Amino acid sequence: MAATEAVSGWLRRAADSDVWWSFKRSPLTVSAAIVSFLIVAAAFLSPILAPHTPFDPATLSLLDGLKPPVLVGEGGEWRFPLGTDEQGRDVLSSIMYGTRLSLLVGFASVVVAMVLGIGLGLVSGYVGGTLDAIIMRVADVQLTFPAILVALLIDGVVRGLISVQRHDEIAIYVIVGAIGLSFWVQYARTVRGSVLVEKNKEYVQAARVIGLAPVLIMLRHVLPNVMGPVLVIATINLGLAVITEATLSFLGVGLPSTQPSLGTLIRLGNEVLQSGEWWITVFPGVTLALLVLAVNLLGDWLRDALNPKLR
Amino acid sequence: MLAFILRRLLQSIAVLLTVGIVAFFLFRYVGDPINAMVGQDTSMEERAELREKLGLNDPAPLQFVRFIGNAAQGKFGLSYRTSEPVGRLIVERLPATLELALCAAIFAMVVGVPMGVYSGLYPRHWISRVMQAVSLIGVSLPTFLIGILLILVFAVMLRLLPSFGRGDTVALGGWTTNFLTVKGLQALILPSITLGLFQLTLIMRLVRSEMLEVMRTDYIKFARARGLSDRAINFGHALKNTLVPVITIAGLQLGAIIAFAIVTETVFAWPGMGQLFIQSVQFADIPVMAAYLLLIAFLFVAINLVVDLLYFAVDPRLRSNVGAGKGAH
Repeated sequence: MAATEAVSGWLRRAADSDVWWSFKRSPLTVSAAIVSFLIVAAAFLSPILAPHTPFDPATLSLLDGLKPPVLVGEGGEWRFPLGTDEQGRDVLSSIMYGTRLSLLVGFASVVVAMVLGIGLGLVSGYVGGTLDAIIMRVADVQLTFPAILVALLIDGVVRGLISVQRHDEIAIYVIVGAIGLSFWVQYARTVRGSVLVEKNKEYVQAARVIGLAPVLIMLRHVLPNVMGPVLVIATINLGLAVITEATLSFLGVGLPSTQPSLGTLIRLGNEVLQSGEWWITVFPGVTLALLVLAVNLLGDWLRDALNPKLR
Repeated sequence: MLAFILRRLLQSIAVLLTVGIVAFFLFRYVGDPINAMVGQDTSMEERAELREKLGLNDPAPLQFVRFIGNAAQGKFGLSYRTSEPVGRLIVERLPATLELALCAAIFAMVVGVPMGVYSGLYPRHWISRVMQAVSLIGVSLPTFLIGILLILVFAVMLRLLPSFGRGDTVALGGWTTNFLTVKGLQALILPSITLGLFQLTLIMRLVRSEMLEVMRTDYIKFARARGLSDRAINFGHALKNTLVPVITIAGLQLGAIIAFAIVTETVFAWPGMGQLFIQSVQFADIPVMAAYLLLIAFLFVAINLVVDLLYFAVDPRLRSNVGAGKGAH
């Protein structure tokens, strides 16, 4: 009973808030939200919604190979609305499963970057001194390089340390780790900056006076007050993480073709692009572009909506 | 000014040293330099002997100094993949990447600045709105997707431009150039657009917002009141004052262009350093990765330094500040 009341109270407050109001007022944001929702839903319900299971060899037939999309070329069939690739896999189903993988990797790597960045930023800002100097100098040096380069380097080092077969098995974890490690700096800098402001406030001093452990003060008292900007960075980074994963997979150092993400699908399609089978590349490409565009629009809106200076 | 330059130099050296340490650890501890040099059937004794001779048993700091000394002379050992000297592999491919990056940067500046100026001067004109929308899409599309779309349209459908390789190149000493043949120039078009598009949108947005800001200032109103022509106001007064941030971003982006050439080179099978780096990542070719890392770090640091010095050329306020002993920052 209390729980439902709490939920309805929260909903009422959410409906009254200016964040919701600014959301309703922007048709672009609303359509971006709808597009994102549709893509995410189609991706995560792919085992139920997808017309085929593209990576089960038993259901594939080479006779279905290279069929064009239904409405465009001759020989298209309604069984394969967006056509098939050279092995007879349905492009639509591949896209749905691929999007799910791209989103999973994107979310997971943002979480890794966020946890790492928040942790290092809290420690750096709260403890200060030599530790702070070391963490921030490392951050400076890493910021000199584009994230994609750092991610490529980490991926290459992991390949140097383990065998190729082993790498294909754990490819998804390697990618999440590599992208996460290449995006932590922004979180760490933001959190450190906010912590430096917060730690001299009275509530932190009070917590220190009553003898709370530093870890508890950081997590229970400081962290909730620095989360706002972090969440905005996370939303904007989600699009970037999805692009980075797609780029790595396109370059052939991301997810293997046995577990294709959108980037892998585009790479595989690109190999036959010259012979005119455009649909194998273009449809995953359009999906990726729409997804990133929608997520970026949502991120931009969130940044403006949460920024009191712009109201 | 001298103190400022010295401080920037010290910072640059610190960054290079840090990257050098990372590269050294990769080179020495992730890969085994011996395996690249000897065959499968070399005995353990011979390996140990070679190890001793190459100084791989020396203390790590000594090895690090030797590694940096060799790196400064362009000696990075042998590639695990092709067994060629890494230095030569990179030097062979350097011209391709630098020419591509240069063309992309020029394209981004030459197209991006006028677009930014126009949409900053007439923010409500429909052309400006179209440019804004296109730039949003340009930021959201990954580089490789833009490349693929360009190939699809201009190479596969229209058959106008080549979609892979450098075309014909002319060797000038050790430097191979695309600029002297028609085929070479044609081959440059699509990759340069692909590589420069992101920077173009960035520069355009930056110039636009700076122009919007500057046009509201008093000295522009005063220039109007003096009866100067629009042309003199827009370009002599307004654009000139937007140049400091534009130079910063464009300069820093030059480094990003060289790094992002990795993606463009893969899409267009462009035989540059980026392609070499991707191959080395795929094969875990550690010496090439370490050398590329150091080279990129060096380029980045050099570019940042040049950008800082350019400030003095562009912004007279900095010169007078430093002269008054206040420091530049």
